[in-house]
Amino acid sequence: MSTPQGSNVKDRAKTALKDEFLVDAVKFTTERLKNSKKAATAENGNWEEWRERGRQIRLHTIAHLDYYLSRFVENARAQGVHVHFAPEAKDAARIALEIAEHQGAKSVVKSKSMVSEEVHINEAFESIGIESIESDLGEYIIQLANEPPSHIIIPAIHKNRHQIAELLSKEAGETLEPETKILAGFARRKLRDKFLEADIGLTGCNFGIAETGSVVIFENEGNARMVSTVPKTQITLMGMERLIPTWDDLEVMATLLPRSATGQKLTMYMSGITGPKRAQDGDGPEEMHIIIVDNGRSLQLGDPEFQELLNCIRCGACLNACPVYRHIGGHSYPGTYSGPIGAVLTPALNKNAGEWQDIANASSLCGACYEACPVKIPLHDMLVYLRNRKVERGYTAAGEKMAMKGFKMLMKSHKRFRKAVKAGQIGQKLLVRDGYIRSQIGPLGGWTAYRYIPELPKQSFREQWPDLVTEVEKSVQPMAADVKLRMEQIVKARGKGGQHA
Amino acid sequence: MKVSLFITCISDALFPPIGEAMARLLARYGVRLHFPEVQTCCGQPAFNSGYWDEARASAQTILKAFDDSDFVIAPSGSCTGMIHHYYPKLFEHDPELLEKSHRLKEKTYEFTQFLVQVLGVTDVGAYFPHKVTYHPSCHGSRLLGIKEEPMQLMSHVEGMEFVPLPYAEDCCGFGGTFAIKMSEISGAMVEEKSQHVLETDAEVLVGLDMGCLLNIGGNLKFQGKPVRVMHLAELLYEGVKNREYAAGV
Repeated sequence: MSTPQGSNVKDRAKTALKDEFLVDAVKFTTERLKNSKKAATAENGNWEEWRERGRQIRLHTIAHLDYYLSRFVENARAQGVHVHFAPEAKDAARIALEIAEHQGAKSVVKSKSMVSEEVHINEAFESIGIESIESDLGEYIIQLANEPPSHIIIPAIHKNRHQIAELLSKEAGETLEPETKILAGFARRKLRDKFLEADIGLTGCNFGIAETGSVVIFENEGNARMVSTVPKTQITLMGMERLIPTWDDLEVMATLLPRSATGQKLTMYMSGITGPKRAQDGDGPEEMHIIIVDNGRSLQLGDPEFQELLNCIRCGACLNACPVYRHIGGHSYPGTYSGPIGAVLTPALNKNAGEWQDIANASSLCGACYEACPVKIPLHDMLVYLRNRKVERGYTAAGEKMAMKGFKMLMKSHKRFRKAVKAGQIGQKLLVRDGYIRSQIGPLGGWTAYRYIPELPKQSFREQWPDLVTEVEKSVQPMAADVKLRMEQIVKARGKGGQHA
Repeated sequence: MKVSLFITCISDALFPPIGEAMARLLARYGVRLHFPEVQTCCGQPAFNSGYWDEARASAQTILKAFDDSDFVIAPSGSCTGMIHHYYPKLFEHDPELLEKSHRLKEKTYEFTQFLVQVLGVTDVGAYFPHKVTYHPSCHGSRLLGIKEEPMQLMSHVEGMEFVPLPYAEDCCGFGGTFAIKMSEISGAMVEEKSQHVLETDAEVLVGLDMGCLLNIGGNLKFQGKPVRVMHLAELLYEGVKNREYAAGV
């Protein structure tokens, strides 16, 4: 359990919105990823069926997570893997440090892993004087900048080429031109030495295969393969929900994940690792550890509104699709995960405690996240459920509570609603100029800072209706026989599972 | 056959011509629209903010209003979506109201859905000689799947030049209370949407949800841009009147 950064989402978003570099960089890359995904899913065909299949696999696995976890652990141990369980982030860090100390390790080289960000593993290693270096280029950049990732798969999405050149130049001790080839070339040379020096390679895990106790890693830079072959000891951090039952299921995930994440048919490297180096293997770690991390995940098990969160395969498609994320970037969100999944997952992993709740408000509930999700997690619904829990637990502002009481008073009776609209028609006179309200006073301020409001017309629809209905009555034409029949059939078919749209 | 109008609170108070256009258009196809006046609001503002007790109080007026209707038509994908997707959730612990929610869900249609799917009408005989762009609202298009219906209706409007809206499927930033609570984010979103509308050079922006159109229209007005904002029902009815005027009826 941790606590969010000091300021709230609204304030962080305000700052982000003013950062033109950030807004442009995030828009540019999310747009590119969205378009690549669109092309890759269209080319693959039958995308809706693939999504549904993926969802079913995840639903099944999570429904039987205890069974698949025990199979995974049993099979991994049979291959000689040391398996550890970490109830909380601090336990995962402690276990990793114990392994490192036992080995007398001086340096760790890491491949990309979101769960390691949850655990703050780099800080943990550094606290006992062990160097821990990120080897994924994006992660390396933000490590140099001393920032958390601002996107699940593109951690440095908020930085442009010039900012990256500046960071790497500082590290290089010379001025590097902001050319991708030069910058990547520097990182490659620098990291090559780190791979060779490192005592421990630390990886994440995209999927754990229960039937063989294997770890599967998707990546594009080849660094995860270096991390998992060169150092003598490998530690893999795995969220407890990362499992799928079989290698056959991986086919579905391998179809969904790269296409949803980057629009690739497959990532450049996909590694399946089953146990440490065997006698006949040319390379690989002599010792392999898997740390299975709970850190709030089991809180979702058995919760009908949030269990599906565990289905997430961390592709980042919901971030790219989200118009809010696109405007404010990942650092406006508290915690490790950003975008729509982060807005729900971060509070959920933290017991939906009060101090995490404001992030649920940073969504227009447009549903683009749900539409983009390869395993169809209803994030737009979950955001509403989260808001509801916040209200039920009393974590709401007094002003909002009053406003909603007012809403109830007004809307529970049509007579009151009618009177209130009438009062508005009369009361608005002081505020209206040329047919519009422009005042930025009170609660209207947030709205009128960007928009005018048309004045209420002299009569509401319900006031106009009695005259209107008499007049329209005169113009009602006879209904066509086929239409009448169709309407009767629709009505008759109801209640028998017949449902339009 | 009782066909009822669910006007929605926003169109009731702010945009009465939409209800009038619907009543007059539907009369041409033999539909005599009813307006049960006990209806207020679908409850979305409270529901989406997490205040479900408050939402239930409002939603019950809708359940009551349309209990004896055969068809219910609303000029909003969002309010229709509220009934379809969330009433069963809202009343899951009350068997009687849950049953009513399911029945209401079955008979509630967004306006273009009813016109195209039930009445089988795609050409209302409208003439509307203007350049028009269309914003597909998120709840209607994404969650209710209303994509083809408005396109079919617009494709038959004579004299109309249709310009596709760039990034049409992007949310306009309305989101109900989101626009107030997260006003800076919502403001950035609506400014982007307005920019796209202006890029089309359209005279008219048309849509199916007055929440979104209040937002985009309000921002265009704020910027001093003379784009006319209309609900599709208004555009179709005005088009029908144009045609009749031209024919000297």
